Amino acid sequence: MTQDQPLLSVRDLAKMYGGRIGCTDVSFDLWPGEVLGIVGESGSGKSTLLGCLSGQLAADRGQILYRGRDTRQMSEPERRLLSRTEWAFVHQNPRDGLRMGVSAGGNVGERLMAVGARHYGDIRETATDWLGRVEISAERIDDRPRQFSGGMQQRLQIARNLVTSPKLVFMDEPTGGLDVSVQARLLDLLRGLVRDMGLSVIIVTHDLAVARLLADRLMVMKDGHVIEHGLTDQVLDDPQAAYTQLLVSSVLQV
Amino acid sequence: MTDQAYNFAYLDEATKRMIRRALLKGLAIPGYQVPFASREMPMPYGWGTGGVQVTAACLTPEDTLKVIDQGADDTTNAVSIRKFFERTADVATTEATAEATVIQTRHRIPEVPLTEGQILVYQVPIPEPLRFLEPRESETRKMHALSEYGLMHVKLYEDIARHGAIATSYAYPVQVEGHYVMDPSPIPKFDNPKLGDNAAIQLFGAGREQRIYALPPYTRVVSLDFEDHPFEPTKADHSCDLCGAGDTYLDEVITDDQGSRMFVCSDTNYCVTRQAEAEAGAAQ
Repeated sequence: MTQDQPLLSVRDLAKMYGGRIGCTDVSFDLWPGEVLGIVGESGSGKSTLLGCLSGQLAADRGQILYRGRDTRQMSEPERRLLSRTEWAFVHQNPRDGLRMGVSAGGNVGERLMAVGARHYGDIRETATDWLGRVEISAERIDDRPRQFSGGMQQRLQIARNLVTSPKLVFMDEPTGGLDVSVQARLLDLLRGLVRDMGLSVIIVTHDLAVARLLADRLMVMKDGHVIEHGLTDQVLDDPQAAYTQLLVSSVLQV
Repeated sequence: MTDQAYNFAYLDEATKRMIRRALLKGLAIPGYQVPFASREMPMPYGWGTGGVQVTAACLTPEDTLKVIDQGADDTTNAVSIRKFFERTADVATTEATAEATVIQTRHRIPEVPLTEGQILVYQVPIPEPLRFLEPRESETRKMHALSEYGLMHVKLYEDIARHGAIATSYAYPVQVEGHYVMDPSPIPKFDNPKLGDNAAIQLFGAGREQRIYALPPYTRVVSLDFEDHPFEPTKADHSCDLCGAGDTYLDEVITDDQGSRMFVCSDTNYCVTRQAEAEAGAAQ
């Protein structure tokens, strides 16, 4: 793939919930290897936007070009194939993204088997390798996610998503609900994986610290509109829109 | 009471036509679960209401019916269903597999190879092989349509991870003609190889779940497995204590309170026939 073409190119995307706006007039380009943060308060349309981009929600207007092809025009089998090969989705609640009744190894192996892996030994080896990469000890491979702590579940979810080496990862508040030290480790891990694998990431968060650590660029949303867009440091250190100024100044200083 | 107060084979003609349509569709798309308007039958769900409806739709007055329950012809379920059709359809019944034209079965495929012209009807409790893996029916339908069966292998993976081998021993999932994954009803996996390339028509009826599916004769049926853990049909490592057969599926029977046991063919007709042949051979 050429580096002079955006991986994902969104134009005038809109999603309505009846008469109310979910998100509207969203346009941006995401380049290979880039991490885009979407920040804003609850109800600002962040998750709606992420849902539309990842194909979980049907957008009402606009274009989503993935490597030059409009995902809204794609047939469902194609879109589903994309979402288990080149795309990945990390949910805020690991329960939504994991199969709680299936062992850790089975969870990681599912995507491999979904794309045709049929050799038990190989699947297990890859799963063990990935558990190691997300700092889960190999002896827990046959434990159910239920027996894992919240932080471990979230790391397992990340392993499960990245095992097929996707190009584009959607993350919805990946650190929500975790305590601060676990968050820090998870962020560290994510940052390493993103760099190593050259992932493009769209990360939705309301936590500006997460955005600062992970994101190259930021989009600030309010009431379904993108009100500010720029490099992360630029947006956070020199906010232009009144709402962004409020958001940045609302962060508690310890 | 005269049982001819009922229509031939209990169900009314319109119902039978509706079921036949579902059967034809099922045969046209091997392994695909066709919804049908399952009727109340004079027996509880779980006793073969699906199989009975399919049998009723297939029977003609010239047919000879055999009913099997776990391989046996003389257990409650088999006896009562056989009587049901003797009374409502007045068809000939038999215990000999080769003489039957329609065979309704629960949990077994007969040991004697079936022939062209025979119909094997299975009673199915849960037609959806993905049921306990994916709870949403809307989603499983899509997975079937798009042939997305990675999840089926997750189940087998879990088996190996926990037991060291694929421990699923009955209702072992199969893939039909390279597309639909199908639950073969709770037959032992020993019987799975007989599903494929079978000369008979195989029909599956699930009454409570209102689904019918089918395998036309000589259909390609593959049991799912891993390259390094291939599918293996298993049976008790014994020979039949009554007829001496070493290649049949066996039931283990406890014979007293001291834990004595014997292994006997689960297919009673096959076992009795072999015993009779052995006796005749000894008498000569």
